[in-house]
Amino acid sequence: MIGGVAWSTLLDLTLRHLYLAVVPLLCGLLIALPLGWAAARYRWAAPTLLAGTGLLYTVPSLALFIILPLITGARILDDSNVLIALTVYTVALLTRTVADGFASVPSVTRQAATAMGYGELRRTLVVDLPLAVPVLTAGLRVAAVSNVSMVSVAALIGVSQLGSLFTQGFSRNTLEPIVVGVVASVALALALDLTITLGSRLLTPWLRAAR
Amino acid sequence: MIELTWQWLTDPGSWTGPGGILAQTGTHLRISLVSLLLAAAVAVPVGLYIGHTGRGRWLAINLAGAFRAIPSLGVLFIAIMLLLPRLRGELAFEAPVVIVLVLLAVPPILSGTYAGVESVDPAARDAARGVGMTGTQVLRQVELPAALPLLLSGVRSAMMQIIATATIAAVVGVGGLGRFLIDGQAARRYEEMAGGALTVAALALVVDLVLAGVQRLAVSPGLRARPG
Repeated sequence: MIGGVAWSTLLDLTLRHLYLAVVPLLCGLLIALPLGWAAARYRWAAPTLLAGTGLLYTVPSLALFIILPLITGARILDDSNVLIALTVYTVALLTRTVADGFASVPSVTRQAATAMGYGELRRTLVVDLPLAVPVLTAGLRVAAVSNVSMVSVAALIGVSQLGSLFTQGFSRNTLEPIVVGVVASVALALALDLTITLGSRLLTPWLRAAR
Repeated sequence: MIELTWQWLTDPGSWTGPGGILAQTGTHLRISLVSLLLAAAVAVPVGLYIGHTGRGRWLAINLAGAFRAIPSLGVLFIAIMLLLPRLRGELAFEAPVVIVLVLLAVPPILSGTYAGVESVDPAARDAARGVGMTGTQVLRQVELPAALPLLLSGVRSAMMQIIATATIAAVVGVGGLGRFLIDGQAARRYEEMAGGALTVAALALVVDLVLAGVQRLAVSPGLRARPG
């Protein structure tokens, strides 16, 4: 027991929280990659793509959790509802980052790869994408941390995760479970942040060599 | 369902009265603006100082990251439980909400401000010093105007987060557009929840457009080519 919360409950809620935050992060990244690539590659498409995805971010999360079932037909309480909503936010945050990341690749490098006989697809995957990793990481870290914090809002519509400790504590007028929830949620966000930073270091060995 | 929502939105009764959409929009905007101004009053001077002197940059970056990780809902509940016995009347509920919103808005404004000052062309700064400007004059006449695009982008994203998060204030009994989401859920009036959700989204959009206009007017034409 910690702060009136059983350890097993805490572990359970943390794992649910992690699941609800990470799955949308990965799905969002997969969707944002081609969108951001297109925004960087085709100048005419950039304003539409960036403004369009940026607009999605203006919809408040609580509102999105409630509007989505109207569109997808899911019930408000379904996990899929939260997963889709957070995927939308991740796409909104990451499309610009991906575009910036591809734009950050030096044109000399790109020309050298083309001169060596790389086709567009192979060059994008093998040359441009790895070089964009540092910029991508920066955006991914923001998205990961804000996802973790947004998941807790879903407690208001009854989806259980660490945010449930907030609503339970508040309705019973006890501070301890809320504090436990906040600490666990911050720890989870920082752990994810650290994982992404380490992953990025593993993916970019050339940056370490240069240092 | 969509039809019911449309009916709720087009019913004049939903708009007028003390608990109507218009009144709640007013409350929502009032709380949001107060929070934004308070956050800017803290973040802009600190950001200018960091950008101008280069001191405390590391601290600002890490603090901003850590702040972002803090779940607003939990902090709101904690603030309410700690402050409620100490304050009176409406303030007892609104003050905790404003505190949470200010905490939320400081990091984006802070990082926009110092990133803006740092993005100033060093040649422009040197030229200003060269014609004999003092540090304060450089800051006020060169760095601040040149930092405006990024500073105002920071303000815009702060305001978006404020408006979105102010909806959860309804959970603790404060007014604002979140009321429709919370009351609608309590009474299982789904059309009211969906209508309220659409209204907040629309408000966020309109405010962002207004701020985009402010940004366009405030930024010197010479800097407009830059993406902001």
